[in-house]
Amino acid sequence: MNHITARVAWSLGLILAVIVMCFSLIHLAPGDVAIVIAGDSGAGDPEVIAEIREDLGLDDPFLVQLGGYVGDVAQGDLGTSYRFNEPVTELIVTRLWPTFLLVGTAVSFAIVLGVLVGVFTARRPESPVSHGVTVFSLTGYSMPVFWTGLLLVIMFASNVQWFPVSGMRDVRLEGNWLEEWIDVAHHLVLPAITLGVIYLAQYSRLSRASMLEVLQSDYVRTARAKGLAERRVVYKHALRNAVIPVVTVAGLQFGQMLSGALLVETVFNWPGLGRLAADSVFQRDAPVLLGILILSSTLVVIINILTDIVYRLIDPRIRVGGPSQ
Amino acid sequence: MTVPVTGVSPEQGDLGPPGRQALRLFIRNKAAVFGLVLLTAIVFMTLFGSFFYDQDPSRIIARPLQGPGEGDAPALGTDYLGRDVLAGVVNGGSTSLTVALVAVLLVAVIGVSLGAISGYYGGWIDVALMRVTELFQVLPALLFAMVIVALFEPSTRSVAVAIGLASWPQTARLTRAEFLRLKNLEFVKAARASGASDFRIIWRVIFPNALPPLIVSITLIMGAAILFESGLAFLGLGDPNSQSWGLMIGLSRQTFLNGWWTVTFPGLAIFATVLSFSLIGDGLQDAFNPKLRGR
Repeated sequence: MNHITARVAWSLGLILAVIVMCFSLIHLAPGDVAIVIAGDSGAGDPEVIAEIREDLGLDDPFLVQLGGYVGDVAQGDLGTSYRFNEPVTELIVTRLWPTFLLVGTAVSFAIVLGVLVGVFTARRPESPVSHGVTVFSLTGYSMPVFWTGLLLVIMFASNVQWFPVSGMRDVRLEGNWLEEWIDVAHHLVLPAITLGVIYLAQYSRLSRASMLEVLQSDYVRTARAKGLAERRVVYKHALRNAVIPVVTVAGLQFGQMLSGALLVETVFNWPGLGRLAADSVFQRDAPVLLGILILSSTLVVIINILTDIVYRLIDPRIRVGGPSQ
Repeated sequence: MTVPVTGVSPEQGDLGPPGRQALRLFIRNKAAVFGLVLLTAIVFMTLFGSFFYDQDPSRIIARPLQGPGEGDAPALGTDYLGRDVLAGVVNGGSTSLTVALVAVLLVAVIGVSLGAISGYYGGWIDVALMRVTELFQVLPALLFAMVIVALFEPSTRSVAVAIGLASWPQTARLTRAEFLRLKNLEFVKAARASGASDFRIIWRVIFPNALPPLIVSITLIMGAAILFESGLAFLGLGDPNSQSWGLMIGLSRQTFLNGWWTVTFPGLAIFATVLSFSLIGDGLQDAFNPKLRGR
């Protein structure tokens, strides 16, 4: 348990470092935020700009601004959006759920199907399906995710209109909660497959590789030798170890998945964090961008710790192995 | 002291017989050779394509959104403004490849130096450098790169720097791991005993032996950098004055349902380029580590 406590303590320091770095980056960059905000109403009017600078504390020394910001973030206050004029925390929280839904569905789809395909092909390493997995994993990895999304839209939302093209809900729909859920699920199919395919490709190859290794290990030979049914050997004894690398990699890839989600959300107009981030970049909405950077890094840190814990639960050898592992 | 310390190394990665064996294995690997041929073709198209297909990709030449073979449309049709899609595909590679190349150079320089110093010296230097690496690793790469590009105005240079800054930690970790593995082996001890400086041991003794996995990793990062660049360009964060496959797709986002060819062909070009790097990287991996083949 000591190990986990130390990691949590270090992670807090890490998040603080992320805040300091991102804040410095955004505030020391060229370009005047006040001019951007004034852009709509009083562009060029020096009095308006001076007023905005005063309001936002942009004239304070850098370290004062930084200290104030860190203090606010510690209390859950990420500032106010320049564009929406709303608290950043609220803006982000409302966008968090759609992104979680998208990434969660895509990852679950990729892990479950990937491990099944991996196990299936590991038992028949020379079969055409097994070679197919190798080809598929290379193709899946090499396709730009936004392109996959557009192709799926052309195939399944334009030629045949099986799925909606964009958004998360049908605004015309007025039904009970079940109908609303089905509607969201219907909208979710294409984005989740788009994002999931990359990871499905990787995990099927990864789980095949680890399964091949596990199936040759001594304890599997023992299990077979004592006369266990092959099905039981594979699914009860070998699978557990073959899943470990997949879960670990999936956990460590969370940040990368957020990046992928950002592109997928843009393609499908999915109202998540990625969409908000892309819009804020173009509007130079620094508080929102900072908030999203901090929040997503924090999520990555939390998921890494959870992965560590899950890893220890699945594989008792690590717990025995001592804290350095 | 000028002892030819590199000669002591038992697992010379580049010139000795193992290198030649790796080359032989690589050439026998059909998928890897296909990747190399594909990449050569793409680079050739990017460098010399405009001699064979001399069309300005930014000029409006026909009615918009005509499919391949329709009316007076060129071979791959026209986009939403009536520009030649084939000309765009032929000329779009130079931005992607240049950006990826510069980004990967940056990744190699930052990642390898930090990783080498960290792994070789260990102690507090290692702890400090690895903490910095971790800091860059928890930031979602695309988001971080978007912010950098937006802050410093989109240009080929800012995009390449952003991708480089977001991608080096992986290389640093790999280099560090290799240095940790190699630094206590006999030939390194021999070099140290013969009085070689730290600098010489790091770069002339250990580094050449750490090369094989680094070459594999850098090849794969090259593919990843192409994907990265196309993603930024798709979002509108590429150099607005340059032709790029990702930008072509991004600009066609509103109209692609009326012209599948406007996004399909530029996407195929990105896909083929990334695939070629993946195939080469995989082939190199197998060639350096024949035991892992097929995994």
